[in-house]
Amino acid sequence: MTEVRFTVNGAAQCAEVEPRLTLADMLREECGLTGTHLGCEHGVCGACTVLMDGLPVRGCLVFGVQAEGADIRTVEGLAAPDGTLNVLQRAFQAQHGLQCGFCTPGFLMLATWMLEQPGGVDEARLRDVLASNLCRCTGYQNILAAVRAAAQEMGVWKG
Amino acid sequence: MKPASFAHHAPLTLEEALALLARHGEEARVLAGGQSLVPTMAFRMARPAVLVDINRIAALDHVTVEGSVLRIGALARHARFETPAVAGPLGALLARVAHHIAHPPLRLRGTFCGSLAHADPASEWCATALALEARMVLARADGLREVAAEDWFQGVFSTAMAPGEMLREVVLPLPAPAWRGGFAEFARRAGDFALAMAVVGLRLEGGVVRGARIALGGIGGQPVLAREAMALLESQPPSPALLEEAAATAARHCDPQEDLHAPAEYRRELVAVMVKRALRQAVSA
Repeated sequence: MTEVRFTVNGAAQCAEVEPRLTLADMLREECGLTGTHLGCEHGVCGACTVLMDGLPVRGCLVFGVQAEGADIRTVEGLAAPDGTLNVLQRAFQAQHGLQCGFCTPGFLMLATWMLEQPGGVDEARLRDVLASNLCRCTGYQNILAAVRAAAQEMGVWKG
Repeated sequence: MKPASFAHHAPLTLEEALALLARHGEEARVLAGGQSLVPTMAFRMARPAVLVDINRIAALDHVTVEGSVLRIGALARHARFETPAVAGPLGALLARVAHHIAHPPLRLRGTFCGSLAHADPASEWCATALALEARMVLARADGLREVAAEDWFQGVFSTAMAPGEMLREVVLPLPAPAWRGGFAEFARRAGDFALAMAVVGLRLEGGVVRGARIALGGIGGQPVLAREAMALLESQPPSPALLEEAAATAARHCDPQEDLHAPAEYRRELVAVMVKRALRQAVSA
């Protein structure tokens, strides 16, 4: 067992884990943060996407021990402490950007990263980035619409 | 699907990493981006007892021009090449290729050298390395050796690397000013493994083609050179008819494999189209 110290959504965390435990499993089992979902567990679906030191990673392709000293952001960190949804979350709700909701945390974190990048977002960039993740309800058009709407509200849409 | 147990080491220096590889030999694997190795571990196709995680060795994270070569360190991520890593047509070709590798999060994490070490038959960088006459710099605790791209690939997921060695760097020769590159691949969905790809490099000197290289990927166990097509182009003016004939020659002489994604003859037709597109791109650049 290896001790790992890191932060999740700004809060310090410490976990004792086997090296083979993935970051996504560590967040779920050691930190109790079950918002991060595991779909395929081999890097294809992107449901487990979280931000590690500001970059989106497949949480199933990074081991928990590799998060030593890292700053992790998960879906639990998006809403305000009182539960008020942020711009992106509200856009998903308004545009029906989710059906069963399983892929939603991964899409939210992927889109969060994209929207925070300098230079803004256009249609080509939107599609290139969101093609990274799978939605088995195939609700892609509404996911695109939701992120587009959020980008417009945030003033970063370059349509 | 969870990986089997292993011991994890995250050394801070290359020397420490090489000592670990020397000590553990066949039991050890290098972990860089992990975008290929970790899935194979999840499937239990790979069960290394020891992972030597090189992500904390900052000295390996470089892409630098040195004299007449571009040196690509073991931690250089794919995304590093999306904006040209070097001026001119080489940087432009690498950027075009990089954009076709998987998806943005995987490009931010996966590494150039890791792709060469994993040697997936459909790896864009593997075909690129073959077309560009890359040299692999292998480090081990007691020395270094270099392997040319043509001797590197030894079948599916198989390379000239020996236990105890690490692919420390890939060296690309900087091409002559008259050099032009081209790349085309076909995949059914953006980001999928390509069913066929072509990477082309050639010089246009005095109105004729010199030193053409055409590497094909995604069609068999390892990337291959389309030698007959390369010979056909030599010292000829690059007319549309010649490019067409070279593409048909590449398709005729290659040996595409059938799998559940495509029959062999479909891949052969894709090779003709991909080679033609890559050649057109190169001569019109």
